[in-house]
Amino acid sequence: MSTNTPTVPKETKERALARAIRFIGLLLVLAFFMWSFAAVEFSPAEFARGIPDLVGLLADMFPPAVENIPEVAVASLQTLQMALVGTALAALMSVPLAFLAAKNVTPSRILYQITRAFIVFTRAVPDLVFALVFVAAVGLGPFPGTLALAIHSIGMLGKLYAETIEEIDEGQVEALRSTGAHPLQVLRYGVVPQVLPSFVGLTLYRWDINIRSSVVLGLVGAGGIGFLLTGAMRLFKYQEVLTILICIFIIVLIVEQTSSYIRERFI
Amino acid sequence: MTKTAGANVKDYVEVSGLSKVYPNGTRALSDVSFALGHGEFAVIVGRSGAGKSTLLRCMNSLTEPTAGEVKIEGRCVTGLAGKELRAARKDMGFIFQQFNLVRRISALDNVLCGMLANMPNARSILRRFTREEKLSALDCLEKVGLGDKAHQRADTLSGGQQQRVAIARVLAQRPKVVLADEPVASLDPESARTVMDALRYLATEEGIAVFCNLHQVNLAGRYADRTLGMREGRLVLDRKSGRMEHGEVRELYGGEMEEAFA
Repeated sequence: MSTNTPTVPKETKERALARAIRFIGLLLVLAFFMWSFAAVEFSPAEFARGIPDLVGLLADMFPPAVENIPEVAVASLQTLQMALVGTALAALMSVPLAFLAAKNVTPSRILYQITRAFIVFTRAVPDLVFALVFVAAVGLGPFPGTLALAIHSIGMLGKLYAETIEEIDEGQVEALRSTGAHPLQVLRYGVVPQVLPSFVGLTLYRWDINIRSSVVLGLVGAGGIGFLLTGAMRLFKYQEVLTILICIFIIVLIVEQTSSYIRERFI
Repeated sequence: MTKTAGANVKDYVEVSGLSKVYPNGTRALSDVSFALGHGEFAVIVGRSGAGKSTLLRCMNSLTEPTAGEVKIEGRCVTGLAGKELRAARKDMGFIFQQFNLVRRISALDNVLCGMLANMPNARSILRRFTREEKLSALDCLEKVGLGDKAHQRADTLSGGQQQRVAIARVLAQRPKVVLADEPVASLDPESARTVMDALRYLATEEGIAVFCNLHQVNLAGRYADRTLGMREGRLVLDRKSGRMEHGEVRELYGGEMEEAFA
């Protein structure tokens, strides 16, 4: 019986080889992971030694300053507005780009490649770099920060919008095509209703991310609450820092609440 | 002389020499020819994989046939593109197995989608439907017995109701022929009956030629004026009645008789 089944040993051999390759692969990944720990100088001891300083810093923050509240409130509002305008501009530019960059609806191969490349570029360049460039171009203030948020956000929104479009149910599109509807009408009724809830959700999510990004952008002079935060840190005014942190926390909460409200209405 | 309604205006829809070979070499359709009359309800049966769906899809160019042509009232509708293709498709309603309604809009808006080809682009994209259009869409819904569901979102309707909305959408399109691809395959027997009744209505009351792909022979017997049978991409049966002889069923389905009555 064993003599007339020559394929069985061969198969096991192949499977054993595959298993060995997988095992070596796993070892390599593990090795890289360990090396990464060393490379980032990960050290629990170092962290433990820093704890007293950390506690001291936190103690210095209390009580939060009250005299700068009006100034912080104005800057907070500016941060919120930067994120809002930046996200809205990004969404406005990303929607048409996404339709060009989605395989199933793009009108041409070449436009598809160009828009894909542009979207990848805006994602690859960090918003901080865009902010530095725009600050150099238009000066300090919230405007360059907003531009930086808008351009960098295209990178994520454009990509995720396009992926949403690629995942639609083609049956609905085909049904409209079969009625003799114009391609624009097919887009309007076959594609848009399917992608709208995701588009809204993704945009709100990006708004949330942009709030935090705009805080960081303040560090390079691009306006908003981040600008105040850098100033306070540099002058060791830790009580003002705490006030600012509390304000950032409040903005994030507000955005979170607004987002979930809008999301509920749309889905 | 104008063509008037009546079951026997022949060559209303004419299919000649239709063939389809897929790029991978599969021969799905071989030289299929037949004609349908005004208001005729024809059913095509055969095993799954016999080429029925391909035949329907090739008829309105959802799939491009390799050879042959389809004529509606003498006008060729094969091998067209752009504006001409859209005008040709307007004359051919298509019903899908999976209904393919726009899920997130109301039943009424779905029916209005059937009229898009007759509306100016700008107005339709802004969703500015006229009162006449809405009334006419509502009328279509009432004809399939769903007037009371007009404002319900399509994805909240049952499968049978969704397929009837799809039939109302086709009705709003004012086509000359309706191609129904396994319209009841995803439905329970009771819903299947209401859907088949609605299709029967299209033929009998609206004078539309209905060409319906089914794999269950017993449904064909109940509804069809005429039965076509397909096997391995060829038309092998054409009889002037819905009922089939036992031998014919065996001929079409080979040993797989239970598939015919599933």
